[in-house]
Amino acid sequence: MASKVIHALYTDDDVLMDAVKKVRAEHYHIEEVFCPFPVHGLDKAMGIPHTRLAITSFMYGCVGLTVAILMMNYIMIEDWPQDIGGKPSFSYIENMPAFVPIMFELTVFFAAHLMVITFYMRSRLWPFKKAENPDVRTTDDHFLMEVDAGNHDVNKLTSLLGDTGAVEIKVIDKEEDNH
Amino acid sequence: MYTLSNRLRLFSVILMVVGLVGLVIGFAQRPGSIEEVKERMAAHDAHGGGHGEAAVQAEGHHGEEDAHGGDAHYEHVLHQLQNKPWAALYVAAFFFFMIALGVLAFYAIQFASQAGWSPVLFRVMEAITAYLVPGGLILFVILALSGFHVNHLFVWADPEVVAHDALIQGKTSWLNSWGFIIRAAIFLGGWLLYRHFAVKYSRKQDEDSEGNKWYKKSFKISAGFLVFFIYTESMMSWDWIMSFDPHWFSTLFGWYVFASLFVSGITTIALITIYLKSKGYMEFVNNSHIHDLAKFMFGISIFWTYLWFSQFMLIWYSNIPEEVTYFITRIEDYRLPFFGMLVMNFIFPLLVLMNSDFKRVNWFVVMAGIVILCGHYIDVYNMVMPATVGESWFIGISEISAVLLFLGLFLFVVFRALTKAPLLAKGNPYLEESKHFHY
Repeated sequence: MASKVIHALYTDDDVLMDAVKKVRAEHYHIEEVFCPFPVHGLDKAMGIPHTRLAITSFMYGCVGLTVAILMMNYIMIEDWPQDIGGKPSFSYIENMPAFVPIMFELTVFFAAHLMVITFYMRSRLWPFKKAENPDVRTTDDHFLMEVDAGNHDVNKLTSLLGDTGAVEIKVIDKEEDNH
Repeated sequence: MYTLSNRLRLFSVILMVVGLVGLVIGFAQRPGSIEEVKERMAAHDAHGGGHGEAAVQAEGHHGEEDAHGGDAHYEHVLHQLQNKPWAALYVAAFFFFMIALGVLAFYAIQFASQAGWSPVLFRVMEAITAYLVPGGLILFVILALSGFHVNHLFVWADPEVVAHDALIQGKTSWLNSWGFIIRAAIFLGGWLLYRHFAVKYSRKQDEDSEGNKWYKKSFKISAGFLVFFIYTESMMSWDWIMSFDPHWFSTLFGWYVFASLFVSGITTIALITIYLKSKGYMEFVNNSHIHDLAKFMFGISIFWTYLWFSQFMLIWYSNIPEEVTYFITRIEDYRLPFFGMLVMNFIFPLLVLMNSDFKRVNWFVVMAGIVILCGHYIDVYNMVMPATVGESWFIGISEISAVLLFLGLFLFVVFRALTKAPLLAKGNPYLEESKHFHY
C-alpha cells in the first residue's frame, strides 16, 4: 500500500527534541527518528513505551545464576568431588563461598550476552542486513524525523516542520512497508 | 527557610531523655560480682524449662571436671556483661557519627567532581554534617575513656593483658593509649576543620557569587580533604573498630568501613530529603534526584557486599587459625545478626531497588533506606560486640536506649542546622543544571 511520509532533517539534537514535542503536540504521528547517536530523553518525547529489555536482562541473569549453581554442583560435588584446601567436598552449601565468583560471573555473562542478542533480534539486526535509514547523513551529523502524512494536509505539515527548524524537508511516497 | 516544628523538637528531646534514662538503667543493671551472674543465669535457666535442665546438667558435668574452670567461666561472663552497656553506647555513638562522616565524604566528592545534579541537595548534606561536631566530641570522650582503660572495651588498653600477650606487645608502638587518643584528635580535627570551611564557603558563595571565588575555594579544600580523608578514614577504622580484635587484621578493613559509612550517609540524605519534600519544602528537588540517590544506595550496597565477601572468602578459604577465628566467632555466636545483616544490606536493597521505576517511588526508597540503616547498625554491632561481650550478647535495654539517645541527638542537631540557612544554595554555579536535572 502506498503511503506518504515526510522526512525532515535537523542538525542539532536540542532542536530535534523541541521539534518532536511540537509535532506530537499537533497530533501528527512520528514514524521514526534516525540519529547518529543516542539522544537522551528522545524515547520519552516520542511517546515510545518503556523498554522491557531490563526485565529480560533480569531473567537472563537468573538463568545464568541457575546454570552456575547446577554446573558447579555437578563438576565439584557430584561428578568428581575435589578436595581443595581441605574444604568438605560432598556438600554444595558448605563450599558455596568458593563458587560465588563463578555464580557472579555467569550471572553477568548470561545477562549481558543474551540481552545484546535480544536487542539485536528485537531491532531486526543481523549480519549483512541492509541498512534501514533513509538518508546516509543520519550516520554522520544529521537527524531525520519521519512523519506519517496520512490524510493530513501536506503543505500545512511541511510548513510546521519548517517552523521547528528543519534544514531540509522531503515528501516521500513509500511503495511498500518494509517494517 | 526551614523552621523546626515543635513536634519534631519535642520528639527528638523525648528520644534523648528516654535513651538517657534507659542507658542509666543499663549501666545500673550491670552485675557487680560472680554471685550475681550465677543468680541471673540460674534464673534464666529456670525460665527456659527443658532447655535449662540440659544446660544445668552440662554445667554440673563441667563443674565435676574442674571446679575452678566453672568459676572462671562466670568471671568471664561477668566481664562481658559489665562491658555490655559500654559497647552498646559505643556502637550507637559510632553508627550515627559514621552517617555524618559518610555524608561529609559524599559532599566533598560532589565538589571535587563538580557534579551538576546534586547542588539542590547541598543544604541537606551540610545540615547532616553538623552532627559531626557534637557526635565527634561524644565519640572522642568515649574513645578517651576506653583508650585509658576506664572501661574494658579495648583489651590492648589493659596493661595486665598486654604484659602476657606477645602479639599485642609487638603492636604497642601503634596501639597505645596516647597514640590512640592523639590520632583520634587529628582525625576528628581534620574532618571538623574541613566541615567548618566547606560550610562557610558555601554560605559565602550565596552572598557573593561574583566570579565564583568561594566556589573555587570549596573545590580546592574538597579535593584536599578527600586525600586526607581516605588515609585517616582507613586508620580510623583500624583504631576504632579493628583494634577490638588486636590479634586479627584485614588489609581491606578501611574500605569495608568506608562502604558502610558511605551507604548509610547517602541513605540518610535520601530519607531527610524525602521527609522535607513531604512537608512541602524543597520543591526544586524532583524525582530524578531521588532516583540518583537511590542508584547510589543500590550501587554502594553492592559495593559493600563485594568488600564484605572479598574479606570473608579469602579468610574462609585459607582457613588460617589466627585469621579465621574472627569469622568462626561470628558464625557460631552471632549467626542471626551475621547472616541477617547480609540479607538486609545486600539481598533486600538488590531486589527492591533494582527496578528503575521503583527508585522514583518515595515510599520504596524510604522502606529500603530504613532496612539499609538497620542493616548497617547491625554491621557495626557485629564488628564491635564479639570482641567486647562475646557470646553474652542480646539486644537489650542498653542497645535500644543508646540508639534512641543518639537518634534523638542526631535529629535535633540536623534539623536545627537545617534552619540556619536557606534550603537552596543559590550561589552555586551548577544550580540551574541541578534544578533542571532529569533522567
